[in-house]
Amino acid sequence: MILKPRLEDLKIIGFYLGKIILGLALMMVIPILVAWCFKEINPALDFIVGIEISALLGLILIKICQTDKDLNWMQGMIVVSLSWVVAMILGAIPLYLSGHWKSFLDACFDAMSGFATTGLSLVQDLDHLSYAHNFWRHLIMFLGGQGIVVIALSFFVRGFSGAFKMYVGEARDEKIMPNVINTSRFIWLVSIVYLILGTLALGVTGILNGMKPVNSFFHGACIFMAAFDTGGFSPQSQNILYYHSFAYEVITIIIMVLGAINFKLHYHLWMGNRKELIKNIETQTLFVTIIATFSVVAVGLAQTGIYPATVALFRKGFYQLISGHTGTGFQTIYAAQFFTDWNPLAISGVILAMALGGAVCSTTGAIKMLRIGIILKAFKEDLKRIIMPERAIVVEKFHHIREVFLEDKIVRSALIITLAYMILYGLGALVGMFYGYPFLESLFESTSAAANVGLSCGITKITMPAMLKVTYILQMWAGRLEFMSVFTILGFLFASIKGK
Amino acid sequence: MKKILRLILITLFLGLNFLAVVCAQGLSSSELINNAKQYDGKLVTYSGEVVGDVMSRGEFSWVNINDGENALGIWINSGLAKEINFTGSYKSRGDNLEFVGVFHRACSEHGGDLDIHAQSLRQVSNGRAVKEKLNFDKVSLSLILLGILFLTWILTLFKHK
Repeated sequence: MILKPRLEDLKIIGFYLGKIILGLALMMVIPILVAWCFKEINPALDFIVGIEISALLGLILIKICQTDKDLNWMQGMIVVSLSWVVAMILGAIPLYLSGHWKSFLDACFDAMSGFATTGLSLVQDLDHLSYAHNFWRHLIMFLGGQGIVVIALSFFVRGFSGAFKMYVGEARDEKIMPNVINTSRFIWLVSIVYLILGTLALGVTGILNGMKPVNSFFHGACIFMAAFDTGGFSPQSQNILYYHSFAYEVITIIIMVLGAINFKLHYHLWMGNRKELIKNIETQTLFVTIIATFSVVAVGLAQTGIYPATVALFRKGFYQLISGHTGTGFQTIYAAQFFTDWNPLAISGVILAMALGGAVCSTTGAIKMLRIGIILKAFKEDLKRIIMPERAIVVEKFHHIREVFLEDKIVRSALIITLAYMILYGLGALVGMFYGYPFLESLFESTSAAANVGLSCGITKITMPAMLKVTYILQMWAGRLEFMSVFTILGFLFASIKGK
Repeated sequence: MKKILRLILITLFLGLNFLAVVCAQGLSSSELINNAKQYDGKLVTYSGEVVGDVMSRGEFSWVNINDGENALGIWINSGLAKEINFTGSYKSRGDNLEFVGVFHRACSEHGGDLDIHAQSLRQVSNGRAVKEKLNFDKVSLSLILLGILFLTWILTLFKHK
């Protein structure tokens, strides 16, 4: 029997949702400070309006739903999935007020793309966007990359058992430290340290490239946030091509790879356990899949003959590949060039890389390396079972921080999520084809949205059908949260209608 | 002999004429990107607004020119780049410039970039600083919302008591 949700459930969900909204309102103070630094008046007003609406909503929810009860699993998952939808709407307010987005739907598209660290964008005239709005676009990637709930856990929640339920709901099922709040704080520590180092490296490179110092460090901070959080936005319309710099590309590759690594692995590296990097199933799988997919891209590009020099092949072929594999979405070619200059083989290599993604408990989206590694190990185990004598006992293990026995339930879980992602990629491609786009283009853009990558072959533009925009928003949302929270909210809605 | 000379002159005339046509046409960034193979290595005319930074790399500089559809990178002599007064940003409209140069689909000198190596530059119109005017609609909206927020806060205090 399906039970109808009680009023108590709604109150608990509303209360914690209100707290997260207040956290988001507080974050909007940062772009106001940026606006103040660059003397931008109207952009500051856009964020003041955004703060006021967010604070009003948060305050009302907290007061109406006042409770001291803790979250259960279902409520935690629903709070997370709703938080991302509400964050999209509230985060889109200042963007829409800037006048650089044609409609509120377009602003919502970019807000979800930012929070989900995708990088697909519908902004118009980006080259004249204010510093404050540009900073907000990149900051939401930084916030979304760490996880909106992780922010709340780190700064606004004083330890309660429901915290872990929200943490898991945000596609982070691994605790780095015994306490989930300390884990969230560690994630922030890693991110802030890398933010300082990355901004310095990119800022200095920018100056050496001939940029003005202020612009150079502003771009450095923005590009770092987009690279480490595997987002893919950039302050200029040409994305990374704007900088015309090999050094800039190499630094962003390093940051993208750092962003694609498990935070748990970062912790072990910080603690001096460097062997873990070599032994870990995720890094091993990532290494193999990068080589495999790049081989496909390189053969494809060699067939076209467009980049005869090795440096050009690296700067164009490898860069788009690593950008896709880590789920970042930085581009050093124009969107249209994928289909005018690259061949289907090279494009397929990039699609495959985008579909695979980076590590679990990182800022990337997609299927992820741990699951791919587990599935490959399961294949190996089954092959061994066929080859070896019937009486032989076959035991397979993998190393992920510790030695883990490959059990059927682990393989099942990895296969279910992999299947769910493949269905999501396929559904988005079908919607694209419904609107008349060719198969490969549709699959490319759909995979990019669902895997939270952000590489575009040109479908994502303001003139695309509104339903396709909505489809990509849903794909970005479901892909970022890895389905569990999304399934829970669908179940909750079903129970509200059919339950007794 | 005369016939051969005439043929050479006609061919040269037609060839130069074709170049002049490509030059004079003035191509948009979308035309160049979508038909890159066709224009690769040819002399083209491209115009638009200078955006972002003029990035000096010694004898040459990079400028990015946005024609309203996309921005393309132009590799230009630093001496010519000095003629640029305004670059486009939130607080300024950049100079509108017209370039004649060789278009590269995948430039071998610049790691496969799609770019134009400029040979000449012409200023179409001057850029300007944009003075930001206070938007009173936004001021009113923020004040109304502030009032509602304050009122709600007061009401919640009463409810709490």
